[in-house]
Amino acid sequence: MTLAGSRDLRRYSRHLLIPEIGLAGQERLASSRALVIGAGGLGAPVLAYLAAAGVGRIGVLDDDSVDESNLQRQILFEHADIGRPKAAVAAERLHALNPQVTIDALQVRFDASNARDLVRLYDVVIDCSDRFTTRYCASDACSLEKKIEIFAAIFRFDGQVTRFDPDGPCYRCLFPHAPEPGSVPTCAEGGVLGVLPGIVGAWQASEALKALLEIGEPLRGRLLLVDALAARTREVRFARDPDCVRCGDQPTLFEPVDAPEDESTASIAGVAEVAPEDLDAALRDALLLDVREPHEAVLGVIPGAVHIPASQLEARMHELDSAKRYVVACRVGVRSRWAIARLRDAGFQRLAHLEGGLLRYAALDAGFEFF
Amino acid sequence: MPVVRLVAFARLRELLGEPRAIALPEGAKVGDLWETLVREEPRVTALARGLRFARNEALCDAETPLREGDEISLLPPFGGG
Repeated sequence: MTLAGSRDLRRYSRHLLIPEIGLAGQERLASSRALVIGAGGLGAPVLAYLAAAGVGRIGVLDDDSVDESNLQRQILFEHADIGRPKAAVAAERLHALNPQVTIDALQVRFDASNARDLVRLYDVVIDCSDRFTTRYCASDACSLEKKIEIFAAIFRFDGQVTRFDPDGPCYRCLFPHAPEPGSVPTCAEGGVLGVLPGIVGAWQASEALKALLEIGEPLRGRLLLVDALAARTREVRFARDPDCVRCGDQPTLFEPVDAPEDESTASIAGVAEVAPEDLDAALRDALLLDVREPHEAVLGVIPGAVHIPASQLEARMHELDSAKRYVVACRVGVRSRWAIARLRDAGFQRLAHLEGGLLRYAALDAGFEFF
Repeated sequence: MPVVRLVAFARLRELLGEPRAIALPEGAKVGDLWETLVREEPRVTALARGLRFARNEALCDAETPLREGDEISLLPPFGGG
């Protein structure tokens, strides 16, 4: 693809004025392909800036639909989009922003079965996902397919950004072990300052453009830490780990693998899963143990529930009666699994788990107000 | 007694507070600092798996010896995207 017409010169004139980009750089972007995994908080600014910058082909991968709670930060979407597939909506918006760019709307879940085939079609991969399985899988696929990956993750006011190169380091060099399920919340669990993914996603977009243009000093082997609350950034250097199972000296991993995070959604042996539609019946002879933190009560409470926040569980376990039956619940069903594991260690036997948490129960629309 | 500066991020900053100085016995390693913090705030245990340490802005492991004036960062992986 070449930029011949005066229309292109006008659209990209502010890039053409920069010596590091110029006509050659802009043509390079036009013939480049970027895959954005996740069209959420990080994905929204990444997608918008890559499309605006004229990256010729952009893959938008997300299997989810727009939820009203996304609109506080996912600025690609509008109120009227609620319920529509994110990949399709994003493709519409990006096409409207820059009709010269080709958008692949990929309404699929990125996993070990399709990771390599998807990654192979693009020059750079931007990981904007919100789960650890996807992160390990994306990093493995990029390492195996020799693609540059731009990574970021966020929590409330904090962000981490870095770049992984085909010859390392990779995500496994940085974080070889996935965190214990329930210990590291997603945005849906822990909340996030709306503008934070905007700041961090803009860093990702900048690194992706630099990678495609091969300009500047890459954010390679450096983990950039953004703290919006303190308005401060820090940096931590890291290197390829010689013992890394993927990019180490003696790799043992030759296909993308979903990390052990699967545990967070796997059922716990011997603990009954209560489907949201069965909760009312289950509570006839059991108590609901709500392990959300105190400040979350404003988003909705079940009348009669016992409330012990997960963070206080160890200290307040004596308030519970092991002879009673408890259905343990949290917001989305991650912390509740963690709580069940602790309770079982302490000898509680009559436990059940609310599948999908209070959020799924509320989705039944049976009169329970929850946000 | 080496005095080091502790910098925790995200959930660990919420639990352990803003950057501060902390004194450890002679010969202490990064892992000993972590054990001290676990005793101080047991809730950090949940974040032990997945956690990485950095000494003076370079990734290190629990066996790294602490020296006077070191800045030790506690880096949990972040979940959101």
